[in-house]
Amino acid sequence: MRKLLWGAVAILGALALGTIALHRGEPINALWLVTAAVCCYSLGYRFYSKFIAVKILALDGLRATPAERLENGRDFLVTNKWVVFGHHFAAIAGPGPLVGPVLAAQFGYLPGTMWVLAGAVFAGCVQDFVILLFSVRRDGKSLTEMAREEIGRVGGFVAYVAVIAILVILLGVAALIVVNALKASPWGTFTIAMTMPIAVLMGVYLRRIRPGKVLEVSALGFVLVMAAIWGGQYVSQNAAWARLFTFTAPTLAILIMVYGFAASALPVWLLLAPRDYLSTFVKLGTIALLGIGIIALHPTLHMPALTRFVDGTGPVFAGKIFPFAFITIACGAISGFHALISSGTTPKMIARETQTRMVGYGAMMAESAVAVMAIIAACVMQPGVYFAINSPAGVVGQAPATAAATISSWGFPVTAADMQALAHAVGEQTLFNRTGGAPAFAVGMAHIFSSSLGGETLMALWYHFAIMFEALFILTILDAGTRVARFMVQDALGHVYKPLGRTSWYPSILTTSGLIVAAWGYFLWQGVKDPLGGINSLWPLFGISNQLLATVALCVATTIIIKMHRAKYAVVTLAPLAWLVAVTFTASWEKMFSPDPRVGFLAQARVLAAAPQTGATSRLIFNNRLDAAVTGILVLMVTLVLLESGRQWLGILRGTREARTKESPFVRTRLVEERG
Amino acid sequence: MNRAKTIFLNVAATGIEMLREIFDEAAYARFLNRAGTVSSSESYAAFRREFEEAKTRRPKCC
Repeated sequence: MRKLLWGAVAILGALALGTIALHRGEPINALWLVTAAVCCYSLGYRFYSKFIAVKILALDGLRATPAERLENGRDFLVTNKWVVFGHHFAAIAGPGPLVGPVLAAQFGYLPGTMWVLAGAVFAGCVQDFVILLFSVRRDGKSLTEMAREEIGRVGGFVAYVAVIAILVILLGVAALIVVNALKASPWGTFTIAMTMPIAVLMGVYLRRIRPGKVLEVSALGFVLVMAAIWGGQYVSQNAAWARLFTFTAPTLAILIMVYGFAASALPVWLLLAPRDYLSTFVKLGTIALLGIGIIALHPTLHMPALTRFVDGTGPVFAGKIFPFAFITIACGAISGFHALISSGTTPKMIARETQTRMVGYGAMMAESAVAVMAIIAACVMQPGVYFAINSPAGVVGQAPATAAATISSWGFPVTAADMQALAHAVGEQTLFNRTGGAPAFAVGMAHIFSSSLGGETLMALWYHFAIMFEALFILTILDAGTRVARFMVQDALGHVYKPLGRTSWYPSILTTSGLIVAAWGYFLWQGVKDPLGGINSLWPLFGISNQLLATVALCVATTIIIKMHRAKYAVVTLAPLAWLVAVTFTASWEKMFSPDPRVGFLAQARVLAAAPQTGATSRLIFNNRLDAAVTGILVLMVTLVLLESGRQWLGILRGTREARTKESPFVRTRLVEERG
Repeated sequence: MNRAKTIFLNVAATGIEMLREIFDEAAYARFLNRAGTVSSSESYAAFRREFEEAKTRRPKCC
């Protein structure tokens, strides 16, 4: 009976995938994507993850985990597996799986969907699962510690530098997405500005009125935020108020940098902690709402399976499907950043080794499902509208009529009047050149919900709800990320001069906060001033660094698997590793040396140098050279890790090197006995 | 019917427990237990001080 059931799931999945892959001409229903995803995840979890759990990792339910052995009531704590699952999912799911797939939709819905499904089942879920288990078996050690112990000092150092680099680039890109979403948008800016007093109110409530009642105050904060979204329309309609909340991109960038510095350097938990809770509340609610909305309303996808931009001439970002679709979508398929969370708080909460499969593999599947929802949200729009929102002025032209004519000439009809009507419907002045993915996702989400809940009249509210959700969440990442990076830099500087390592010493706090904000602020400023919109340069850079971190994580995993004498199964991590090396190294090479100035940083610098010089030319040339250098340094470091790992693997397989892992000794669990 | 009710209640309880963990309410309850104190403005301030140090080091993905 079970075999029949799984056979039926396989047939249904094949049918759905076949429909997605082979259907051409007519629009298809989003439910085909949902069906394909559900079947792929079910089969992947039931068979592939079980194979890994049994044959390679040999999960042992009798082995005590660090949560049990080192339980201290704080970070080490035996926790219900579903609670750990939710906690882990809340930590790994951010704006990445929403933004990346929206940008990659320029290739059509097919490449992104296939990569999200295959990448998650065979790479991302595997990475999260094995790193989580290996960290559990090493007292919850971090990825950088495992890299140092299992591969060598080079591995540890590279992992450390890669984490800092990713954080800096990520924060720069994330801030740019907020800037692009809020520029010239009084409604959106007002709503986000209102989250600050709301958060302070929540902080006072938490501290004075009902200490510790976070869920209660988050629900209250949510109601207030909804009221702010509602009130935003009146702000945008009033000339004086609208002027007060209308900012240009450079002004917003400066405000965000000041905010990032203050959030990192000042003891402002009264603002930050409640806002963190509020953004998590909104995030979980929005993901659930979007999931229910897509299944209940099953919208039609208007984007074709493949667009003409598979040839690399896309307006959203330049470059062919291979390798650029695979670095544009990181979270949702495979993200190196997840390895940090799988070796962070989660391994310290796992009660039994056997639960790592559900938490590590399962939570990543859930995030991948979020990415599928983002693809659907981007592809329900008419393609002309999608390209009008996501194409930078440098590609399609500044004037609405010119932009509409350019996009229509690509075979995706759209008119300036259509776009004006849409902008009016969502309460914006314009939707042209709103690069970054967030506005497109917001329009898609508003489109889905407005088709039943409230109709056209509520479209503007849905749009601004989606913008608020993304901007609020990204701002939370900005302040938390700046603090995390500050602590990492302080840890390192403490080895040079001890007081700099003290996290409460103000000269150190101010110096390191300034360093981190200056670093990501530089990338943000570069993006704001980039005539191609910034995302074209920065998102690939972020994708490359994130996937290079995944390469390091998979090197660690492969090394441990070989040390466990499971070399014949090492292909499970070696295959995604080989794929990522091919993808990231090709992408890096193209970003550095492609002769196409829209792709290659150095080619762009050459074109700028040959063109008539303006005041900004020398800075743009420097920025392109800097981006090329950053890419080159990251690739060089990961190459060192690959060589170091390869040396380890060959030594062990030839018998010239001892295969000794750094696992904690086996201790039998008492949890089973207590229950039995 | 009773079985369905039990399952529903278990799912609801786990869901609430999950939210309490995500939103640090469970961590606060453990703090109170460890410190042998009751919830108050001062206790919550002490919890935040202790928690912030760990929280700021907790990575959150993009």
